[in-house]
Amino acid sequence: MNQSSKQKKSQAIEVIKQYLTFRIGHENYGLELSQTREIIEYSGITEVPLMPNFLRGVINLRGEVVPVIDLAVRLGRKSIEVQKRTCIIVVELQNNEQNHVLGLLADAVSEVIEMNDENIEDAPSFGANIRADFIQGIAKRDDEFVVLLDANNALSIRELAHLVEAQLQ
Amino acid sequence: MNLDGALQTFFAEAEELLNSMEAALLRLDEGDKDMETINEIFRAAHTIKGSAGLFGLDDIVSFTHIVENVLDRARDGKIVITSDLLSIFLPCRDHIATLVENAMHNRANDAQCLAHGKALLDSLQPWLETKAKTEAARVPDISAAPRQAGGADTDHEAWHISVRLGPDLLRNGMDPLSILRFLRTLGDITHIATITEHLPAFNDYDPERLYLGFEITLVSNASQQQIEDAFMFVRDDSDIKLIPPRSNIEAYVNLIKSLPENSQRLGEILVKSHAISFQELDAALATQKHQAKSSGAVGMLGDILIEEQAIPPEIVNAALDKQKKISEKKSSGENRFIRVDAERLDILINLIGELVINRQRVDLLSSKMGNPTLIEAVTSMGNFTEAIRDAALTLRMVPIGDTFQKFKRVVRDTAKSIGKEIELEIEGAETELDRSMVEKLNDPLMHIVRNAMDHGIESIAVRQARDKPDAGTIKLTARHDAGNIVIGIHDDGGGLDVEKIRKKAIANGILEEGLHLSRQELFQLIFHPGLSTAEQVTNLSGRGVGMDVVKRNIEELQGGIEIESEIGVGTSFSIRLPLTLAIIDGFHVTAGHIDFIVPQNTILECVDLNSLSHVQGQNCVNLRGEQVPYIRLREIFSLQSKDHSREKIVVVQFGEKRAGIVVDDLHGEIQTVVKPMGPIFQALKGIGGSSLLGTGAVALILDIQQLISFAISREHLRNNTFLVSAQEQQE
Repeated sequence: MNQSSKQKKSQAIEVIKQYLTFRIGHENYGLELSQTREIIEYSGITEVPLMPNFLRGVINLRGEVVPVIDLAVRLGRKSIEVQKRTCIIVVELQNNEQNHVLGLLADAVSEVIEMNDENIEDAPSFGANIRADFIQGIAKRDDEFVVLLDANNALSIRELAHLVEAQLQ
Repeated sequence: MNLDGALQTFFAEAEELLNSMEAALLRLDEGDKDMETINEIFRAAHTIKGSAGLFGLDDIVSFTHIVENVLDRARDGKIVITSDLLSIFLPCRDHIATLVENAMHNRANDAQCLAHGKALLDSLQPWLETKAKTEAARVPDISAAPRQAGGADTDHEAWHISVRLGPDLLRNGMDPLSILRFLRTLGDITHIATITEHLPAFNDYDPERLYLGFEITLVSNASQQQIEDAFMFVRDDSDIKLIPPRSNIEAYVNLIKSLPENSQRLGEILVKSHAISFQELDAALATQKHQAKSSGAVGMLGDILIEEQAIPPEIVNAALDKQKKISEKKSSGENRFIRVDAERLDILINLIGELVINRQRVDLLSSKMGNPTLIEAVTSMGNFTEAIRDAALTLRMVPIGDTFQKFKRVVRDTAKSIGKEIELEIEGAETELDRSMVEKLNDPLMHIVRNAMDHGIESIAVRQARDKPDAGTIKLTARHDAGNIVIGIHDDGGGLDVEKIRKKAIANGILEEGLHLSRQELFQLIFHPGLSTAEQVTNLSGRGVGMDVVKRNIEELQGGIEIESEIGVGTSFSIRLPLTLAIIDGFHVTAGHIDFIVPQNTILECVDLNSLSHVQGQNCVNLRGEQVPYIRLREIFSLQSKDHSREKIVVVQFGEKRAGIVVDDLHGEIQTVVKPMGPIFQALKGIGGSSLLGTGAVALILDIQQLISFAISREHLRNNTFLVSAQEQQE
């Protein structure tokens, strides 16, 4: 996997992508901007009974019912406590040719950054404390590291559904 | 004109025509001898050919043309449609469907496809070639008749009999057919046309009333008296006119004039029966028109007739009235349907869904403001919203008959291929349900029907041994039941062997030995992936895939499926579905901090829980002497709640079951738009969807049947008598 991504890098040098960065606890994360749809204030979440911790509930997004994921739990961190700056990042993912809309809980949204592929390091094989396939790469910015998430893996609908199923068993 | 749009219409129409053609062919196969059925097939082929020609779809035209020729000959009675011919017609229909489909996707018809068409046409040849022969055989027949009648040249030697039978004939115990049969003993009926113009619209149709008339050409040497005698018993209520052989044209013109039906059509019948020629007809009609013009009124026609003493005035008036009514009916019958793009309809329904949600919000605001005039206005707007919603939803409703109809072909073909005799019966075809559900229902139904044919219905030998009729029966039924639609698939086959299912489930490790399951629970095991009771794997089914898909598909539609079966007698599947998926009437309740909606159609009543006496040590209350088990939402969903001192019980009914749902609070009726919860929540039982409240908050819609079975399975789990979870088995 590492090798293939390196190959990709050498083939396309000048690829600049935009990332939306946000904070969960003291860590910085990023998602490809193209996968995000909007950021909304945290309010009025409806709890769904019997769900695993990472599934906080559902919200009404202009008539659409959207599940909200606690990304911190998903990444193996402590569950997010709702504060003033807590927000929901709405992402849209492609899965089986279907669009899935999900809300991600984040402590705070930071900014949109532009990153050259060259400046993105591969995920360390260990030490990040996050499942390796959730990480697309690590970007360095102002002496801080930003973990760029692979949304399709970290938020795989199939896997989430399986986890829900396991919880209900 | 936008040709593309017209082309789409053609495709849609062609599909419908092909479907009705198939249905009609299958009716013939079942022994239907009705001429109208053959006509229907012919018309379908003819219309497709004509429209295809308009769009330059030459392959369709040339193929359909030949098929149409054969059909035309069948229509004229020159050939008889045998089962051999039907076995060619059905693939021919399929081939036309393929050609249409290719045209629709802009695909060229490949060589294989064209070769297939050619082969089909070749096999139709025998029915085309006999043309010359049959006609040759018929000619002497015709010429023989007049000779018998008196040796003159043509049909003009024949009597023309115009019969309008009295409406009460059937009620009086007369059978018009016997009259015709009697006429045949007097001579040869060389031409007969049935006048069906008086047939009313289906809804007005009275099966005990006779609406028919006949125009008969009888070649006979019988006397007028003899022929009149044939009508002896019906003469009083019926209108019978005889035109003797070699009458002049005037007699026919008078006849046309005297009859209440459309003159043009009557004229055509007479021309067809060779009573008069085209020229004569034209002349006659021209005269009539001329007369009408000069007098300036239609009533004049009646006057002339009365003057001529052709018929008494009452009949003329009645006839004229009738004529007026017919033309009124005709004009109202036209353009009753408009073809609308399904997507536009869906957009409309979605918009109405939004309207319903917004109405909820306005309701909430107005009651908060407490202005009585405003509340009144909002309430009346609410009523209209409700009416609009109901009207809009009916737009999407389609009768399930079309879906059922498709199975006729499947059953016919499959039964042949597996060497069984199977009849398909359909009941409740007019039952309507949401179009989007009909589509999703196709696959599950197909699976169950195929299973029934393959495993359910026994082979003929076995059936004979069991003293059953050779032909097995599969019955598809549909009916409405308390806001649900219930679809049944019954077969009179071998039935499900509960013990065999249990053994197999144990052998496959799905079920632990020594567990006690109810009969229904054991039957439900056949929906478990990897369990198939057929000992022999066939092409059709029996691979153990399918039944689990059936159940999943039906659950996706918020429905449930139940099985009843008896060994040697048969098996019945009942699928219970909500009428529509889009918008439902619900009852808003809360438990813990969560808003729930209970579908209104399941609710029997709501009672204060404290006011009821409890059955000792059980989750059961005594409701007017009846024990009703209940589920506490707070418990089953592990919800936290501060205040639950005033719990309420919502008594629901689902199928045969009656149960109570205990909630913290009741909030009242609400119209809700069902929003799907998405794939993540698939495994969550008991919640069928979500919905938005007037406040903008999300409420969860309870799926009562799932909730009850979820509660039952939880109780089993607690009592340690639960089957090993499906999940573990799969892994």
